[in-house]
Amino acid sequence: MGAIAARVTDGLPRRTVIALVLLLAVLVAAPFFVNDYLITVLVLILYLAFTGQAWNIMMGFAGQLSLGNALYAGLGAYISAALFTRYGVDPWLGFLVAAPVAAAAGAIIGFLAFRFGVTGVYFAILTIAFAEFARIGFDHLAIVNAAAGLFLPVAQYSHNDLWRLRGDPTMFYYVMLAATLVALVLCRLLLKSRIGYFWLAIREDEQAARATGIPTFRYKMLAIVISAVVTSFAGVFYAFFYNNLFPEQVFNISQSIQMILGPIIGGVGTLFGPILGAFVLTGLAESLNNALTAFGVDMPGAEQVFYGVCLLLVVAALPEGIWPWLARRCGIAEEAP
Amino acid sequence: MPFDVYLNVAVSGILTGLVYGLMALGLSVIFGVIRVVNFAHGEMMSIAMFLAVVLFSAFHLDPLIMMVPIAAVLFAFGYALQSGLINPFITRPEHSQFLLLVAVAIIIVNVLLIVFGPDARTVQTAYAFDSFQLGPLIVDASKVYAGAAAIAVAVLLFALFRFTLVGKAIRACADNHTGALVVGLNVNRLYALTFGIGAACVGAAGVMMTLIVDVTPMIGPTYTLLAFVIVITGGLGSMAGALLGGILIGLTEALAGVLFTPSAKSMFAFGILVLVLLFRPQGLLGKRTA
Repeated sequence: MGAIAARVTDGLPRRTVIALVLLLAVLVAAPFFVNDYLITVLVLILYLAFTGQAWNIMMGFAGQLSLGNALYAGLGAYISAALFTRYGVDPWLGFLVAAPVAAAAGAIIGFLAFRFGVTGVYFAILTIAFAEFARIGFDHLAIVNAAAGLFLPVAQYSHNDLWRLRGDPTMFYYVMLAATLVALVLCRLLLKSRIGYFWLAIREDEQAARATGIPTFRYKMLAIVISAVVTSFAGVFYAFFYNNLFPEQVFNISQSIQMILGPIIGGVGTLFGPILGAFVLTGLAESLNNALTAFGVDMPGAEQVFYGVCLLLVVAALPEGIWPWLARRCGIAEEAP
Repeated sequence: MPFDVYLNVAVSGILTGLVYGLMALGLSVIFGVIRVVNFAHGEMMSIAMFLAVVLFSAFHLDPLIMMVPIAAVLFAFGYALQSGLINPFITRPEHSQFLLLVAVAIIIVNVLLIVFGPDARTVQTAYAFDSFQLGPLIVDASKVYAGAAAIAVAVLLFALFRFTLVGKAIRACADNHTGALVVGLNVNRLYALTFGIGAACVGAAGVMMTLIVDVTPMIGPTYTLLAFVIVITGGLGSMAGALLGGILIGLTEALAGVLFTPSAKSMFAFGILVLVLLFRPQGLLGKRTA
């Protein structure tokens, strides 16, 4: 543990470490001070921070724009939920089944794209196409109730069952907090390793990277597989937290877009950007929702317009995202990767 | 099922495919010249569809007649979008432009949702149930009109690029951006014109689509994706490829709808996309670039 902690914090300014520890302490203590509604919002924020971190591995590190990450989350959700409802397999074991499937899906997409020079936005479209393919496929898959949706049994639980992921929102909150922390540490370790440097080289200039002898195909494949596996865990969590799954929702492109908004607004390619972005975006969107409800306005779509305008403003005004700008002002910049 | 059922379905699929082709042609023109991927393409089409539906239900204006004015409105929209919003992004990285248009797409979908609500709307023309009979073939009149109009617009577009000075100037921008600047072309204005032309194409296609399908605010993303599938299948930057891709995808969807189930039809379009990427990555009529 100590060795890992040393590797993770190595090279970080002291005040950054202190700020991170303080933030973590606040998040750990949060459930004792806030109500159930806010806990649910925090769970959503952490979920988006986690999936954003996973997406960031693809886009932020290796420079491959994926717009179909809902596919991996959906696979994780459906596989673990189907195993649980049909055979009583616990979610953690379900994840062990879902992760290789998601990895395989990522590998197939990567193989098709990277072999044949499908790059940039065409890669993005290919990833969307696969997610849509899965959406329509699951809509017709009788074993998971097709379009009628798959439901997990909900009952009153006398105690929190961490192993079976049945319990109150606070338990889910801590699970997601731990997962987000693990993802952050994983990304930091990856970025500081040989793999991370190779990814950044590919992102900056793929031809130059290849010329220096980096096996770009292999490292891009590695990025998509890691991203898929991490995202599939988010899917397992999603299934057991929300207890209902519809292909129309789970695989929808709007899911993929929600996953990428956090890191884009926070800062693509930074470690803390996805987390900050998720807080800013979800915080603002929830406030907007509450304000609309308070004024008695029922306007479906208003939240999405808000997301769109945020994305537009950030892409136009702060193309690097909020975090690099904020970090510079606070003097806690991550050293340039 | 007897053979002539398949024949009928195939013809109807090809006619729908022509409209798809026109929609994809708009995307192809925009990409071919400005090198910006219009991720709000289907959403722009849904604007045109709503305009057609509203004009029809309020004033009983036939979509086929309103095609020209609505295409003009979309032209203005596209022109303004390019000169006001996208132009500063021309030199930005690809993903940055892409996200800008994703944002535009999200805003369009949800503004339409707020204004028109989630319900499906249709245009019930007097000829909605007419059909032409040709031997064993029975073809919907609406689809024949839509397909014919799509061909007409496509021919006009080919002529514009081939025979007019503006078309020549736009092709010059596409061939060599710096060269076009050097000989004194107003590239920004030509880009805006091009985006307008692409928007007009998809606008015209949208008006025709109202004769074939219902419109809801949520169909935008579906058609954006479909347009991409068609353009990649047909070959990037190839105008004939976009039309051919449209016909192929229309045909595939129609046959898949009969042989399997209509709701699964777009799976087969994606299947074709994967096959094309595997065996002919440059697309059916695309030129291979090194």
